[in-house]
Amino acid sequence: MLEINSVQAGYDRTTVLHGVTVAVPKDGVGAVLGHNGAGKSTLLRAAMGLLKPRSGSVLLNGEDITNLAPHQRVARGMAYVPQGQQSFPHLTTAENLRLVADGRPDGKEAVAEALDLFPALRELSGRRAGLLSGGQRQQLAIARALITRPKLLLLDEPTEGIQPSVVAEIEETVLALTRRGGLSVLLVEQHVGFAMRAAQRYYVLEAGRVTSSGEGGTGAERTVRAALSV
Amino acid sequence: MTVILNQSFTGISIGAVLLLIALGLTLTFGQMGVINMAHGEFIMAGAYTTYVLQKSISSAGASLLVALPLAFLVAGAMGALLELLLIRRLYTRPLDTLLVTWGVSLMLQQLARDVFGAPNVQARAPDLLTGNISVGGGMTFANSRLFILGLALLCVLGLTLILRLTPLGRRIRAVVQNRDLAEVSGIATERVDRTTFFIGSGLAGVAGVALTLVGPIGPTMGTNYIVDAFLVVVVGGIGQLKGSVITAFALGVLQSVLEYSTTVSVAKVVVLVAIVAFLQWRPQGLYTLRTRSLA
Repeated sequence: MLEINSVQAGYDRTTVLHGVTVAVPKDGVGAVLGHNGAGKSTLLRAAMGLLKPRSGSVLLNGEDITNLAPHQRVARGMAYVPQGQQSFPHLTTAENLRLVADGRPDGKEAVAEALDLFPALRELSGRRAGLLSGGQRQQLAIARALITRPKLLLLDEPTEGIQPSVVAEIEETVLALTRRGGLSVLLVEQHVGFAMRAAQRYYVLEAGRVTSSGEGGTGAERTVRAALSV
Repeated sequence: MTVILNQSFTGISIGAVLLLIALGLTLTFGQMGVINMAHGEFIMAGAYTTYVLQKSISSAGASLLVALPLAFLVAGAMGALLELLLIRRLYTRPLDTLLVTWGVSLMLQQLARDVFGAPNVQARAPDLLTGNISVGGGMTFANSRLFILGLALLCVLGLTLILRLTPLGRRIRAVVQNRDLAEVSGIATERVDRTTFFIGSGLAGVAGVALTLVGPIGPTMGTNYIVDAFLVVVVGGIGQLKGSVITAFALGVLQSVLEYSTTVSVAKVVVLVAIVAFLQWRPQGLYTLRTRSLA
């Protein structure tokens, strides 16, 4: 589904990714794990087109999308939930969702389906996103990404900085999404247990390089923890 | 009492002109953060559009009605072209944007001199707008000023409806608030930028048409208003439409009342000092939006 091949990328003179290769199978989940500053978010930004790789390529279903703008990648079936519960703070919850649904023939149904995943958002539809709690904003961010009915979802630390009661709900929703088929996920996560429950394949990133990779599943959790503790 | 009411009306009409000019800036400066020094020349383009149109349409009323949408399109197209050719390359460089657009402003002024001549020209106002309305008690309101007031309020209403209720408005607000997130949400942000600039510049063109009713048309007519218009946007709160509306009328009335009781120069100084003092006390302007985070 997604192939990130030998991508080198960074900011100004700093190189963050040193030839990273990661693949996500069709309808499968790939997890990228690593400590802060390892380059996980940079990898997702490069995959989504927010950061132009200095070398290497990004392929979606075999098509080279390395030079496409992010909105063109969305049109090809990619969606992205960035780190930090990002929203449009001065737009209401409903407007945050309608914004993505505008112009789509199935927009209303897509908004309704997204709200079915997070029913709490229905009661907050008139509230500005900037006034929501972190957990509510993350639910909104995931709901917004799903409105485009993506084939590939990039999730950047969906449970980071969220109150524990909402973490479980978000984890369950993500797991349910990955199990219902038709959706591939590239998950960046620090929470090893959750990542390994979701992923069929994992990659450990360290200082911009893949230092370990293998089959996912809860059985690999110990291996991953060992790789991360080095 | 009559004097106060008359001066207040004069102030409100000055505020309406300021508001019309500042409306476009609330989009290009307030929403997009671009200091476009050529905004005044889009006003000039709107005014000259009226002048040129009157050469082919003899009825002043009909030409005014045609000039309003045409000036919007002419000034809007100029703005979109400026955005496409120059400004989009300078979004992260505000000082360069200021210098470049100032250069464009000077070029456009010279172009107007070459095409229309250096002396000011005059557009004919429709008969309906040349008189005054007496409202009793010795008070009279100029029809042209009432028209400008109505036009300003209509533009505010239209812009508010576009920003609040339409998909384009949602996209404009989204791009302003979080450009990267808008892009990864499937929005073609560059196209939205150009459309925003088109509307903001087009509103300057409409303001130019309105100004032909109260003064002569000349190559530097826009620059006379541009600083005041920027002040309106800053004092109102960057990107806050209601702040601009209140500030435009407040500054207009303050200026008018002070001019009556002192002189034009003293009034200008007092207004500027008041603005500086206000911004010291409230740097974010009259209105600001509350959020739990900056995300």
